[in-house]
Amino acid sequence: MSALPRADELGLIGCHVCGQVCRAADEGDDVLACPRCGSTLHRRKPAVYTRTWALLIAAFLMYIPANLLPIMRTASLGDIDDNTILSGVVELWVKGSPGLAVIVFCASIMVPMLKFLALSTLLISCHRGSNWARRQRAKLYRLVELIGYWSMLDVFVVALLTALVRFGYFSLVEPLPGVVFFGLTVVLTMFASMCFDPRLIWDGKEDSDD
Amino acid sequence: MDASTPDIAGPATAASALLICEHCDTVHRRRPLARGEVAECARCGAVLERCRGMHARTMLALVLTALVVFVQATLWPIVTLGLNGQHVAATLWDMIHMMWVDHSQVVAVLAAGTLFVFPLCKILILGWLLLYARSGRRAPGFRRLMVALHHLGPWTMSEVFVLGALVSIVKAHLYFDVTPDPGIYAYGALMLLITVFAGIDLTRLWDETCDDEAAP
Repeated sequence: MSALPRADELGLIGCHVCGQVCRAADEGDDVLACPRCGSTLHRRKPAVYTRTWALLIAAFLMYIPANLLPIMRTASLGDIDDNTILSGVVELWVKGSPGLAVIVFCASIMVPMLKFLALSTLLISCHRGSNWARRQRAKLYRLVELIGYWSMLDVFVVALLTALVRFGYFSLVEPLPGVVFFGLTVVLTMFASMCFDPRLIWDGKEDSDD
Repeated sequence: MDASTPDIAGPATAASALLICEHCDTVHRRRPLARGEVAECARCGAVLERCRGMHARTMLALVLTALVVFVQATLWPIVTLGLNGQHVAATLWDMIHMMWVDHSQVVAVLAAGTLFVFPLCKILILGWLLLYARSGRRAPGFRRLMVALHHLGPWTMSEVFVLGALVSIVKAHLYFDVTPDPGIYAYGALMLLITVFAGIDLTRLWDETCDDEAAP
């Protein structure tokens, strides 16, 4: 692996905004700005572990009420039915189309869980300087970044149904607090994955790599 | 892509012959890419650079199309529901308004940002930059707008909303008569355009344009 030099070893920094290759100053390189786009340059993003853990834990705390509390109330002819995320998926599976139920299940339940598991795995393994499955972990991070925002799906479904189903006494849909918590979970996990620095995966000793 | 120990004795400006993988910090020697070629990092496999093979003029045309379609998708009703002869149609703004008055202000703000404000900003900024990039120039405010474009990155969710609209239609279809309205078709077209733009590496605008008197 010595054929692949790293910017850090060569005294270079790649700007994460515009990609410009910059020379790292020897002293106090934390206040360096990119000569091309003006963004602050960081060898590694600052306080990665503190920030990412904090946001991830906050997101998880939001995720509990998001799943336990109902996200949507359907009232028709005095008959009230509260739906949670999971019961919405089940209803779609039983009555509507199973294919769409699978998509909603992936976006609303699998993706957030994957984000929690993936980011904690990355944080713990990087903190230990582990060289286990580096390429796969790098891929996992890119996957999390790519699919993360699709979890907003259920939030938009509730919002659109609320706007559409307005038939007064005959039929009415209302949002319930669960959907607010779910929206916050998605936003917080997105911030958490942005705070993580994938370059940390490759830091530390490389002896027995691959 | 090939990587070898680069010459770091040169001046800092000559360093544009190098590429640093933003995912693993590996330094690569930059190679000219042919149309449709993608450079991948030899260490972590992330995409370093892609050549879109699309002229700024073509991109500008696509951005203008996206703007027209986006305005239509935002203003036109998306679907109409019918029950016992009663009909209710909803636009994006009805949806945001309903969430605001129905005690879900957080959701209203999220939806307004990710489905209206951020996508609109993205389209307008891109259009402005490309208007000048056609002739290899940098638009006034190029630097700040490129940085803004980078930060807008994952916060535009129109494509998620299209899927959400489909799920809503299937759910509503169980109890109501559903009639698709022009808005949903506009969203479909917007989704196609977003997919085209997803494959374009905008950081190349930094290299393809150069400062002239308009630079800050």
